[in-house]
Order: sequence, then C-alpha cells, then structure tokens
Amino acid sequence: MSRHDDSGFALEAKVFDEPWQAQAFAMTVALHQKGLFSWGEWAEALSSEVKKPDAAADGHDYYEHWLAALEKLLAAKGFAATSDVDAYAAAWERAAHATPHGKPILLENDPQAHAPG
Amino acid sequence: MSHDHDHHHHHDNELDPFAARVRALETILTQKGLIDPAAVDAIVDTYETKVGPRNGAKVVAKAWSDPAYADWLKRDATAAIASLGFVGRQGEHMQAVFNTPDTHNMIVCTLCSCYPWPVLGLPPVWYKAPPYRSRAVIDPRGVLAEFGVTLPADMKVRVWDSTAELRYLVVPMRPEGADGLGEDQLAELVTRDSMIGTGLARQPA
Repeated sequence: MSRHDDSGFALEAKVFDEPWQAQAFAMTVALHQKGLFSWGEWAEALSSEVKKPDAAADGHDYYEHWLAALEKLLAAKGFAATSDVDAYAAAWERAAHATPHGKPILLENDPQAHAPG
Repeated sequence: MSHDHDHHHHHDNELDPFAARVRALETILTQKGLIDPAAVDAIVDTYETKVGPRNGAKVVAKAWSDPAYADWLKRDATAAIASLGFVGRQGEHMQAVFNTPDTHNMIVCTLCSCYPWPVLGLPPVWYKAPPYRSRAVIDPRGVLAEFGVTLPADMKVRVWDSTAELRYLVVPMRPEGADGLGEDQLAELVTRDSMIGTGLARQPA
C-alpha cells in the first residue's frame, strides 16, 4: 500500500489508467441504473473476484477483476453470454488489426465481416 | 482464418484483451438496447471531472463552521450531504463518523471496494488493494503508521467496514489555529486521506 499520496485531490489525479477501465466502470453504473442488477448483487460479484488469492497486492489488476465480475454477472443473468463476448472480442481484435493507424477502430473493419450472434 | 491482407501493413492498432472484451460487452448490450453509449460517456465524465474529494471537503468544512449542520450530519448524513447536491446513485446510505480527542475513525471495505463516491469520488488504488483491505481491521495502528499517522496511545481507533448499502465519511478534527477561516479556506485543509481516516486535516499555514 503506498503511503503518502495525499498530495492532492482525485480531481487532479488520474482516476482511470486506461480508457477501457473507465468504460467498464461506467457500463456497470449505467446497467445498475437501468435496473439490471442491484448494487448488492454487484458488490457480491466484485467481492468474489477481488478476494481471489492471485489478486495483486498493489491493486493494479483491480479493473481486470471488475471486468471479470461484470462479465460473470451479466452471463449469469442472461444479458450477455460468455460465448458471445468471446466472439465479439475476437471480432474487435481483428477489426483493430485491420484498421490503419490513426483511423477509428470500427467493428465493420473486421475482415470476417458478418458479426457473430 | 484468412490472412489475405498485405503483410507490410502496419498493424499499429492493437486492442489489448481487456479493451476488446469491454468493447464486446458494449456491442452486445447496445444491440440489446440495454445500454446507451452516450450515457456511459456521461458517467465517465462525471467520475473523471466532477466527483471527487472536494465534495467531501465542503461537507467537512461546513460541519466545522456550522454546529447545526454538524448535528444534522451526525443524525442523517445522507440528507445533510444531499442538501449540498452530493447524491449517490447506488441507493446507499451515508454515515458520518466524527473524530474526537478520544476516538479516531477509519474506513475500509473488507468485502470489495465500497467507498462514498458522491463525496470522495473513486477510491485510490491502495484502498482497493488486498493489503489495506485485510490489514485495516486487524492492525489499524500499523496501517496508520505507514501513512505517517501516529496517534496518542490512549486514543481509540474505530474501523468502519463499508458495505454496498452503507458508506462512511470520516469527519476529521478541525485543526487548531483555524479560527476565523471561512468555509472555502477550511475546505483547503481537508485532505482525501483525512476523510478516509488514514490522514489528519492539514494545519493552517
């Protein structure tokens, strides 16, 4: 645990290290607001991920656990099957690969064109 | 898998596996009409730029300045905090725990990372990491020492374990020599860590 990082307020500090962390966080908040799960259910899902023994002591993998918890909760509730997430994630990776640098990555750029699901 | 594209192509665009999975979730949920990407972006903006410990510092400074507000904060923190415009969306209740000359308060979430977002924003990395979550309850004085806080031996330390339903805000003791300061100046003395209980309020310059 790092001790003396009280130099400033989080408003000046970086809240998320990577954009995907912000997206994963915000999607969770949005889905809760939409009533897909209760906050208690979310806390339970997150807890079972972060208490795993391989959780890093410095907490750098926190949002990886967050994402795993969100995926499991959405799969368990039937909102997003793991196989669909796998398929779309692969499509996004292919799309990124096929997108020239500097251009926005779009799912349509996936060379295996027709989307799964 | 067909690899018919030019191999001299620059494959600069790589999504790491986590980013790809987040996009996959977003795609699926958007197609199902369960999520609105604009609403997601608005939430990111709120937590990156609008919500943070300055909110909590205003609450504390007001409690230091206004005994009636402090009393309200003690009795019904959810309402007293909401009156300043800081409202949680997770249905949580707030409780303010006041430091006194006899008792120092500290907050933790041993379960996961529950934290009073409306007043403190998102938690620092160490708050979410296993060592703090496991040690804050077992050895609070040892943890405080790592933060450079040493309390008198006869001062009690109370550790409050946050839940999804109930979040705590520590109201640090008003520092000596802060007489005559306005609420804005007082708020400058209130650090994030002092509202978690791993720090004390700053001394006035």
